[in-house]
Amino acid sequence: MSSDVMAIQSADAAGRSWTEVLHEWVTTVDHKRLGVLYILYALFFLVVGGIEATIIRIQLMHPHNDFVSPQVFNRMFTMHGTTMIFFVAMPIMFGFANYLVPLMIGARDMAFPRLNAFSFWLMAFGGILLYFSLLGANGLYGAGNAPDVGWWAYAPLTSRAFSPGHSTDYWTIALLVSGFGSIGTAVNIIATILCMRCPGMTLGRMPLLAWLNLIMAGMVILAMSPLTAAQVMLSIDRYLGGHFFDTQAGGSATLWMHFFWIFGHPEVYVLVIPAFAFASEIIPVFSRKPIFGYPVMVGATACIGFVSMSVWAHHMFTIGMNSYANSFFAITTMAVGVPTGIKIFNWLGTMWGGKIQFKTPMLFCTGFLFQFLIAGLTGIMLGAAPFNWQLSGSYFVVAHFHYVIVGGILFALFGAIYYWYPKITGRILNESLGKLHFWLFLIGFHLTFDVMHIPGVLGMPRRIYTYEPGRGWDTMNFLVSIGAFVQGIATLVFVANLIISYFKGAKAGNDPWDAWTLEWSVSSPPPAYNFASVPTVASRRPLWDLKHPEDPDSRYE
Amino acid sequence: MTNKRKTEWKAVAARVTGILVILTGVLLAARLCVASPPGDHPIPSIFDPRSTPAESIRHLSYFVLGITGVIFLVVFSLLSYVVMRFRNRVADSNREPAQVYGSTQIELAWTIIPILIVVVLFLATARVIHAIQDAPKPEEAVEVTAIGHQFWWEFRYPRLGIVTANELHVPVSDPAHPTPTFLKLLSADTDHSFWIPQLAGKTDLIPNHPNGTWLDPHETGLFLGQCAQYCGTQHAKMLLRVYVDSPEDFNAWVRGQQDPANRDEKEAAGRHVFESTACLNCHAITGTNGTGRFGPDLTHLMSRHTLASGAAENTHDNLRLWIQNPDAIKPGSLMPAMKLSDADLGALVRYLETLR
Repeated sequence: MSSDVMAIQSADAAGRSWTEVLHEWVTTVDHKRLGVLYILYALFFLVVGGIEATIIRIQLMHPHNDFVSPQVFNRMFTMHGTTMIFFVAMPIMFGFANYLVPLMIGARDMAFPRLNAFSFWLMAFGGILLYFSLLGANGLYGAGNAPDVGWWAYAPLTSRAFSPGHSTDYWTIALLVSGFGSIGTAVNIIATILCMRCPGMTLGRMPLLAWLNLIMAGMVILAMSPLTAAQVMLSIDRYLGGHFFDTQAGGSATLWMHFFWIFGHPEVYVLVIPAFAFASEIIPVFSRKPIFGYPVMVGATACIGFVSMSVWAHHMFTIGMNSYANSFFAITTMAVGVPTGIKIFNWLGTMWGGKIQFKTPMLFCTGFLFQFLIAGLTGIMLGAAPFNWQLSGSYFVVAHFHYVIVGGILFALFGAIYYWYPKITGRILNESLGKLHFWLFLIGFHLTFDVMHIPGVLGMPRRIYTYEPGRGWDTMNFLVSIGAFVQGIATLVFVANLIISYFKGAKAGNDPWDAWTLEWSVSSPPPAYNFASVPTVASRRPLWDLKHPEDPDSRYE
Repeated sequence: MTNKRKTEWKAVAARVTGILVILTGVLLAARLCVASPPGDHPIPSIFDPRSTPAESIRHLSYFVLGITGVIFLVVFSLLSYVVMRFRNRVADSNREPAQVYGSTQIELAWTIIPILIVVVLFLATARVIHAIQDAPKPEEAVEVTAIGHQFWWEFRYPRLGIVTANELHVPVSDPAHPTPTFLKLLSADTDHSFWIPQLAGKTDLIPNHPNGTWLDPHETGLFLGQCAQYCGTQHAKMLLRVYVDSPEDFNAWVRGQQDPANRDEKEAAGRHVFESTACLNCHAITGTNGTGRFGPDLTHLMSRHTLASGAAENTHDNLRLWIQNPDAIKPGSLMPAMKLSDADLGALVRYLETLR
């Protein structure tokens, strides 16, 4: 059956002009195509954000460097942060959720296919709008101008007194538009998981990836709403004479901080929970064992989701809250460490006694485990409020959250791309290039972000376009920049691998990893309707049951 | 097969050694960095505190580092062990390993132990939060109001009647008779943050939201810091210098600052330039008609070591350049280029140089 489907698709493609193909992709409501669009869109912006990071690192290689002006530098770190969070990390997670959730729960599409397409295009236009500011926003100097208020856009720097011109408006509207897209996708994921599971797939038999995406989607709705509301309030301040954040007229700068971080902290988990989801699928398959403590993993994630809604003000320990508020946010922050630790131990338990195959996806997931451990521990340090008074706003924090986002999330994401690329394209990514990518990226990552903690401890604040010599920061910054270049080269290897393997990679077949979840039961790439007949499952690992009829999982669950 | 296993172990061991060597290198570099010769001022390291609040923070941070360090070693070793011990070997790759689904006892163990650790960490943290934030202000404390501006610091000593900028002078505090400095933190425009790593953790200066912090330095000398909350184009050069003076030096400095501005009639021409151009819109000098507050008070300009909030040394040439073309020193600063004639500029600089 699968080969028939492949043949029909390729014959179709050959007979059509590129405008017809383009038209099909632009108007598609298919969850797999939208998933691919999300992922390609995010990978494009990953390169853009990476170029911005490179400019930042070249500028900071030496003290008093003048590679770019302070104005350009400030735009670069604003655009880098905004791009990486809103137009790389979120869309790529949504892309994988879109592609995988229906396949893994035995559904033929998402619950609301047209809402799905609408959400994608909202997010896409948000990104385009943000970058259109380079041409369209007349900023302080009359020329085209990107936003330069930092990705937190703290009030009152965003008021018209301090940000004349329109660059801040482009930032606001871009996030507003893409925020509606995110909420739409989150609604869709929740509806799909709750209503579209195939017969036999109770909530307790869902793959962990579906569970974790369900929790992530719930958090998106709770977290994006305050941010979206705050963007509306900021626009009212800027154009309709409102005073929400206008400190000159009795408004409150800390109000914006609360709105931003009640979004901003859950956002970290919105990004990291899908990364947990990838690890929870990949580690069992390459350890050849089921996930250790499935119900505990679900419970711990739900617990992370719950507690992480009440930790936001640990980003605000320095704004002068009283000692009781500081103590409250210190203990909630440390408490998140408990369920997160449980998850790390459960992955360890999954690998314990297994036969671990270190193919590229598993290599990246192993890197993820080590690095996420360190990121979690520096997070505990930052949760100790007095320690935070020294570390926050310094390069230590920058190193910490890049450890989470690059060392944790991006490593898991690379693992996911190596793992599911064969399903999406029908070809396996080249293993040698994959291993080269892994080791190069690992070296670059550690050179950059291990070393980056040190200037923070030595008093170097973030968001400075240049720094004074003689404070012990020079060598460190030079090493950090070298590491950034190594990561850049590793990313080029990765992009080359994506392209070369698409044309020349080994054929994947349905199930190249000998895996256990439903997406591996259909052809690669899957047919438009996913399943010829809707499957029925009896356990958490339907394909294990199929391959081991003498010893099925359903007997033990 | 044993041979093969050996070589594998060797490869893995080499890899682990490599990682350890890198880590040690980084730590060593950090150590060197902290210990490197300080020049005329120490490196602003948070682990080299010279003031009570910064010292209690270092205390807490050693405790937290100790606990997280132990957790790191335990989990890192377990992970490394698993990665090495349970690698798949070609010889027996056909059979699937035993399928284990979980264990309630183990789950309980690795839930309860972390909870206990969190409780201990929290109690230690709460104690230090209280000790620093709720510290009583003694009678002898020096009071300073620090006001953040784009992109410089204004310091006012309300009890002493002093207004100065960018270079804060405080007395050293003898533990037997402490004379800490209590700062009220305000902002004239956007958010800023006051951070001298060796003296105290940072506290933000937020418009319409007064904050406070305190310093209790035990050693004289110059301590460096800078604005730690992004405040606009020149956030990077909003540098901050704190001079901790001996009681005698501090009193001498206070007397000097309380004097009215020097009025040298030989430099009346320069004073006239100051009083008849846009200078006085933003700057104040006592005894002149300049009372502006957008820029630093210049009454005792020459008592300061730096210009432009620490961006340049206070020398004749720099002062001239700063008035003629501020962007050459600090691009994007709010000081406009004054476009004075050579004669006026020379007279003005000569006048400013009398303001000791």
